[in-house]
Amino acid sequence: MANFRQQTLYETHQQLKQKQISSLELTRAYLERIQQVDSKVKALVSVTAEKALEQARQADNLIAAGKMTPLTGVPVIIKDNMCTRGIKTTCSSKMLGNFIPPYNATVIEKLDAAGMVMMGKANMDEFAMGSSTENSAFFTTCNPWDLNRVPGGSSGGSAAAVAAGEAVYALGSDTGGSIRQPAGFCNVTGLKPTYGRVSRYGLVAFASSLDQIGPMTQDVRDCALVMNGIAGYDERDSTSATQEVPDYTKSLVADIKGLRIGVPKEYFVEGMQPEVKTGIETAIQKLAELGAIVDWNVSLPSTPYALAVYYIIAPSEASANLARYDGVKYGFSYQEGNSMWDNMQKTRQFGFGPEVKRRIMLGTYALSSGYYDAYYLKAQKVRTLIRQEFDQAFTKYDMLVTPTSPGVPFKIGEKANDPVQMYLSDVCTLPINIAGIPAISIPAGFAGGLPIGLQFIGRPFSEETLFRAAFTYQQATNWHMKKPAL
Amino acid sequence: MMKLKREEVLHIAALARVGVTDADVEIMQEQLSNILENFEILKKLDTEGVSPTAQSIALQNVIMKDEIKASLPQEDVLFNAPQREGDFFKVKVVLED
Repeated sequence: MANFRQQTLYETHQQLKQKQISSLELTRAYLERIQQVDSKVKALVSVTAEKALEQARQADNLIAAGKMTPLTGVPVIIKDNMCTRGIKTTCSSKMLGNFIPPYNATVIEKLDAAGMVMMGKANMDEFAMGSSTENSAFFTTCNPWDLNRVPGGSSGGSAAAVAAGEAVYALGSDTGGSIRQPAGFCNVTGLKPTYGRVSRYGLVAFASSLDQIGPMTQDVRDCALVMNGIAGYDERDSTSATQEVPDYTKSLVADIKGLRIGVPKEYFVEGMQPEVKTGIETAIQKLAELGAIVDWNVSLPSTPYALAVYYIIAPSEASANLARYDGVKYGFSYQEGNSMWDNMQKTRQFGFGPEVKRRIMLGTYALSSGYYDAYYLKAQKVRTLIRQEFDQAFTKYDMLVTPTSPGVPFKIGEKANDPVQMYLSDVCTLPINIAGIPAISIPAGFAGGLPIGLQFIGRPFSEETLFRAAFTYQQATNWHMKKPAL
Repeated sequence: MMKLKREEVLHIAALARVGVTDADVEIMQEQLSNILENFEILKKLDTEGVSPTAQSIALQNVIMKDEIKASLPQEDVLFNAPQREGDFFKVKVVLED
């Protein structure tokens, strides 16, 4: 593989299966690729080369023994908020800069059992709080399509790594859009599954009622293959869904004739970039040409309230979840103080970055005595309204279609000092986490050379519908095959 | 909505056990107030009689079987301890005179 050509998971699997290449050769080629491009893209917090080569040898043994799954021997990159036993898991935070987990997340166990080859851990916004990776305590990842722009976030490292060919696929996590928005920004396919579909055990908690792990891949077929490997009930995650997991590859059928699609007008927000709007409309037109019945005039009137609901609920949950970082059990620990409490306060002062502290403060305020009803309880009630509107829409439509983000990737630094502007880049993705439903972002064209993401939203546990529609669209278009020049 | 007072920010910081400098407090007064102002929009919505949603799935009271299982080895758990003494996490004195 002297001339690196990025291949899908499906193609890679076929080659491994037919013994055209070994996992060890493949792994070496990807390590070389990482060496060539990651100094520009800066997608990775750590490269686990030795471990990867060891896993590749094991995978080759599995393949030789005929014990192969579609994930066996395939290079993958994991967002650095999923615990990997014996391998640093930092959440791109100074607080966990040296943290070595004593156990594996369930998704890691599952991928390990399937014979994965982990190439490294991906950069992210600190504790998954952000939309650009600029909140990483280490460095900002660059968008492979324009190195002066952000890759999106918080799973920006995962998205950029897949786009840049540093691995065949990646795992990300999505609390308010953190898989879909960077997938849209980097021209990759990213799924946020239904809440509970993939175990959260070992995912460093941000907002527990919203967090969900999902695949970031080169196309929807790969997405289905990865979901087959990671979805399923886990007794160690009490919010894990007990519904049986289907074979997602069965939904890869290029046919959406008669599929009822709704286009909620509230997602075409004021201030949306005109080229993005045009791109999304063209894509929806394409779905209609392919046989879908499109209703362009759907209204979900509570949508404009989702941003406020999210920025009350997520920081509230975060303020509770992040209370565990006290400098006592693991992580950064300030020890020069004059008392235990002083050490604890300074541990949190110096260990957390500005956005994380801002959200802890915001959540603490929203939950504090005298404000609980006005903020947290009110937000939870509006959350009910948002869910009900989706439920109602799904009695009439099989799927909703929206932009993934109102704009193309912005310049590094452009929104860094304005939290409210930054939060707005997630307006199209937040409502989905609030409702706990699945959504996928797929490539849908370019505006000025920068990718546009198209979002499909479905009712709970309708990943198959999303896959079918996305597969049909990708069979008819080639946006997802376009790769950045690096 | 009025800008958060300095004392309010200090109070929240104390509740959250986050140390802050004077400069931090000033920035947070500004930024938190801006964010809170964006929450005012929720007041426009009538939520009378609407029950709150804490999580989006129908699961309730998930109960596990009471089975004895091996937990992590003590050494593994203490591995990341910033300070330890024997098999304990070590901290400064908690209760003072």
